[in-house]
Amino acid sequence: MGAYILRRLFMVVFVGVGITFITFFIAQVIPIDPAAAALGENAREEQIREFRERYGLDKPLLVQYGIYLQRLLHLDLGRSLRTGRPVAEDLREFFPATLELALAAFWVAILLGIPAGVWAALRQNRVPDLLVRLMALLLGSTPVFFLAILLLDLLHRRLGVLPGPGRLDPYLIPPPPVTGMVTVDALLARDFAAFQDALAHLFLPAFVLGSASAALLARMVRAAMLEVLSQDYVRTAWAKGLSERQVVLRHALKNAALPVLTLLGGLMGGLLSGAVLTETIFSWPGLGRYVTQSATSLDFPAVMGVTLLVGVIYSLLNLVVDLLYALLDPRIRYA
Amino acid sequence: MRKFLRRFFRNPGAVLGLALLILLILVALLGPMVAGDPLEQNLLERLKPPGPGHPLGTDQLGRDVWARVVHGTRISLGVGFGVVLLASFLGVSVGLLAGGLGGVWDNLLMRLTDIFFAFPSLILAMAIAAALGPNLTNTVIAVALVTWPIYARLVRAQVLALREREFVEAARALGAGQGRILFRHLLPNALTPVLVQASYEVGAAILTAAGLSFIGFGAQPPTPEWGAMVAETRNYMAEAPWAATAPAVGILLTVLAFNLLGDGLRDVLDPRGH
Repeated sequence: MGAYILRRLFMVVFVGVGITFITFFIAQVIPIDPAAAALGENAREEQIREFRERYGLDKPLLVQYGIYLQRLLHLDLGRSLRTGRPVAEDLREFFPATLELALAAFWVAILLGIPAGVWAALRQNRVPDLLVRLMALLLGSTPVFFLAILLLDLLHRRLGVLPGPGRLDPYLIPPPPVTGMVTVDALLARDFAAFQDALAHLFLPAFVLGSASAALLARMVRAAMLEVLSQDYVRTAWAKGLSERQVVLRHALKNAALPVLTLLGGLMGGLLSGAVLTETIFSWPGLGRYVTQSATSLDFPAVMGVTLLVGVIYSLLNLVVDLLYALLDPRIRYA
Repeated sequence: MRKFLRRFFRNPGAVLGLALLILLILVALLGPMVAGDPLEQNLLERLKPPGPGHPLGTDQLGRDVWARVVHGTRISLGVGFGVVLLASFLGVSVGLLAGGLGGVWDNLLMRLTDIFFAFPSLILAMAIAAALGPNLTNTVIAVALVTWPIYARLVRAQVLALREREFVEAARALGAGQGRILFRHLLPNALTPVLVQASYEVGAAILTAAGLSFIGFGAQPPTPEWGAMVAETRNYMAEAPWAATAPAVGILLTVLAFNLLGDGLRDVLDPRGH
């Protein structure tokens, strides 16, 4: 087991380096000079030369990449061409907002997707099943950016039941940052007014981001439950005269959870990178908005930092899921 | 084949998906001839609700939303099919080589696939589109570059399973070379799951491409691309909700068609399926 984990951790490092390599070479095909792009049209010749020297853009490509890797060992991701700050510092600032949003969306997906999937499987080919399948199909086919615009228009602008974009009402004093997640920080500061407001702000973007995942999850859970419900031990459980609740919770759901678990790691990873569109529409100050603005201004050190962070988290999540899988299913042994 | 068709046409979802898709293809092929000019502006006719002359109303520049949505059908279907053709060609080639050659090649190609798999796809597509310049062709290239690994993994798994089967053994015993076994025996038999996946992926590619255009990395205004149209008209949701809703419904129906078709194909081609 130890050797397996080590090998997998090595793979995470390998994938991380691979990601920087690919992004680095994508950056080289840009027809525009990033120095000229960062300094604007009116930059003088020597300003551009100085900028190129400061960011190491004057050296040969492989040397530039070597320097990047060397700095990466010290967790130095270089400097953003747009904000002028170290990329690592930018990531520290913007990551918590994305994490907060992705975690909330993850819960939306779980709280909607799993019960819906179970319900559909228990009432196969009857009204609840058809309803869940139809909803899942529609949500899975709706462009998330339009869902965001539509719900904002409906629930915020027309009905006024939910706050608009942003993380907190501008008239409220933000809680002192500890984790960077406003809801958590508000709780830590025992500021319940801020907590309530932050939660209300979080609701819509989390729902929008999580809805497609909820649809996917509902379909997966339904399929896994149908498989399990046809097994002998479930029939025995019914025959013993157990209630539906007991059959589902004690016998079926536990066994259907395994195939669904494999999906969850990828789902969370997908939410982190999928936050790009949601964050843009809800003015959510997270990594997605940061990377969009960075890509627009051809700020590749920043883009590399974000892709590296998200890619490594994704790989680590998959590792955790695989280990959990072995923990929950005694038949699986990794060597 | 006849059995396949019979099963397919007994599956209501599959039939609905196919019918919807045929309708969309007809709109894409013939629509632009009758729908009028998607770029013609008429500032006197701004933000008009649906009515005679403008079945879906007009947008903030007085352009006919119907004409724009119809022209957008051609663009989105083109992008969707383009992405899947390119990505499946790349992915199937890599998967076939990895599974067929085995050993070091397999390891090398699959690690490359791992890297692309771990890449946050929308961000990579954004980076590629930003680097190459935002336009439709580059959107197709970008989305294809982030989606090929899924085909590579599928085909490799199929090839590994098929390699041990008797008909391949028989071919080998008859003296068939490596290339012949790969292309004549393994490839055709590995394609079934690719077909199912490809059907879903056309829809997914259309969604991703529309998302890219929405944030400005894909088709540029005034191109009547659905994602770009939603972006252009989103600030008029209050006074003219039809302008943003119509292209969004276009995306929804198209993606829905491919998802229904994918579900249907999976049910029909995989008899163990749910």
